[in-house]
Amino acid sequence: MAALGFGLTPLALAWLWAKVYSPAKPNAVKNSIYECGLESKGDAWMQFHSAYYIYAIIFLVFDVESVFLLPFAVAFTGLSAAACVAMLAFVLMLVEGLAWAWAKGVLTWA
Amino acid sequence: MDEGLKIELGKQGVFVTTIEELYNWGRRSSIWPMQFGLACCAIEMIATTMARYDLARFGAEVFRPSPRQADLMIISGTVTKKMAPQVVRLYNQMAEPKYVIAMGACAISGGPFKQGYNVLKGIDRYIPVDVHIPGCPPRPEALIQAFMTLQKKIDGQHLTGPDRPRFLDAGAQGEFPVPVEGEHDLEPASNKGVWPVPVVIR
Repeated sequence: MAALGFGLTPLALAWLWAKVYSPAKPNAVKNSIYECGLESKGDAWMQFHSAYYIYAIIFLVFDVESVFLLPFAVAFTGLSAAACVAMLAFVLMLVEGLAWAWAKGVLTWA
Repeated sequence: MDEGLKIELGKQGVFVTTIEELYNWGRRSSIWPMQFGLACCAIEMIATTMARYDLARFGAEVFRPSPRQADLMIISGTVTKKMAPQVVRLYNQMAEPKYVIAMGACAISGGPFKQGYNVLKGIDRYIPVDVHIPGCPPRPEALIQAFMTLQKKIDGQHLTGPDRPRFLDAGAQGEFPVPVEGEHDLEPASNKGVWPVPVVIR
């Protein structure tokens, strides 16, 4: 109880202080999303050029795959054969992407 | 409570303060500037934060990359008319209380480029400036002097009363109009609320 009060009291005081002393003055410029000083133009939901497909493949292989691999590794001992095969198919598909990227020479630079 | 009594109590080991003093002490000891350089003055600003001049002594070394987290905008250099709308927009995006230091001749008046067609003749045309530092560029000592002046200003602000600062006044102006590029010049040419147009007497 005391620990809870110790945590909540400063928060309540800060909230009260803001309530009493600092009036909020929001406006459109202040609430805009970007903080670079420039106004945003257009929509972010646009089509990307298909020439960027190689980046999409690399992103899937090294980023999205690792997100799935971690829970897979944790739950590995309790998995059924069907789940293992499904995961294997998924990994193989991404390995194919990796092989493709490797053959294209995307992974070598400098 | 008068100063004399306070000092007398202090000698006896009794520390007396007010909420206002405590509040202002906290604010003036943690003025976080925005990480934002415009021209050559920014080099002096960087030097001020480094080990030799050590702005950290004033609690102001934490340069924030986001206007939402900053308390102070240092206009460090020439403000071109192309850059002015961005500067005003960033100032608008800063959370109250916010302060502005106009650093160097250019930020104050356009400086050596005052006659240029593309240079704003002082950022105080659009946003309220708290401290002006002359110099081309001002030395780091001058910027530190500006910080100390700003700290003195913050110390003198009252929480209540008619002379309380803008951020404590619900009725005070909160938005500063962002100028747009017009046909020949920025429109409007100045913000009448913060910069009364001087009358030329010949």
